[in-house]
Amino acid sequence: MRTLSYLLIGIVFGITMFKSEAASWFRIYEMFKFESFHMYGIIGSTVLIGIITVQMIKRVPIKSFYGETIQIPPKAKSFSRYMFGGILFGLGWALAGACPGPMFTLVGAGYVPILVVIAASILGTFLYGLLKDKLPH
Amino acid sequence: MDWIYEPWPWYVSGPMIALVMFLLLMVGKNFGMSSNLRILCTICGAGNKADFFRFDWKAQRWNLVVVLGAIIGGFIGSHFMTTDAAVAINPDTVSTLNELGFSSAGKTYLPTELFNMEAMTDLKSLALLSIGGLLVGFGTRYAGGCTSGHAISGLSNLQFPSLIAVVGFFIGGLIMIHLIFPLIF
Repeated sequence: MRTLSYLLIGIVFGITMFKSEAASWFRIYEMFKFESFHMYGIIGSTVLIGIITVQMIKRVPIKSFYGETIQIPPKAKSFSRYMFGGILFGLGWALAGACPGPMFTLVGAGYVPILVVIAASILGTFLYGLLKDKLPH
Repeated sequence: MDWIYEPWPWYVSGPMIALVMFLLLMVGKNFGMSSNLRILCTICGAGNKADFFRFDWKAQRWNLVVVLGAIIGGFIGSHFMTTDAAVAINPDTVSTLNELGFSSAGKTYLPTELFNMEAMTDLKSLALLSIGGLLVGFGTRYAGGCTSGHAISGLSNLQFPSLIAVVGFFIGGLIMIHLIFPLIF
């Protein structure tokens, strides 16, 4: 039952990524050229509603559908890992035109070359795991 | 019923993503897609090479199910909810892309130069897709999250580290498109 709920949420997410065109390389390019409001509208409205939702969950003691306390772990404090990691991610995001959610949506949409991007991103994650202790965090 | 085939405007898309995040919280999980790349490393046996991959991935299986859903959602969205997938980007963006050699700009969902089947036998396309993927995979884990984990979950929870990461995402993206694209395309 729980597994089915994760699957359904994933399907809604996948449809949303495709239909919003957030999975389109062109939309990412256009965003970084500041030539459309579309992507900013998506991210902005998501975050605005997200902030209201999360603050509500923190103030009103809402339980999950399964009666558990909802936990939202804070991010560890640091600067370099977020800035350097963020820049590397941004370089790849703009080049491949896809981030780790939409990548999988594009597999379902039938774009075979996205599998190259996914394989390389798994390799990239593996390289990070190898080099982790040598990098400034 | 024709509206169902139209692309979704931002004011439908944004609330839908927020709904996905909310539903995940309500089933006791946190929205973050890039964690799956680490899980896939572990499943492939990366734990033998680095401690970072020695963790109980089975406790994270739910996230792989979300990925499976995202794949199915991509299939449904493209095959049953779209007749013309062309992305109507700004005409100015189209002309810039045409000058860079992307003749498919404004006509398709993804640039054919990088994402049609011929790209699979083109060395330059393969190299660019691989480098892009490597940077995404390395950067996202270094930063501890991607667009979903930082830009959406993190900012929604007013996390300053996520704001730093998002600023980093934009610095990287702007460097790629404004400084590196003119050199490689």
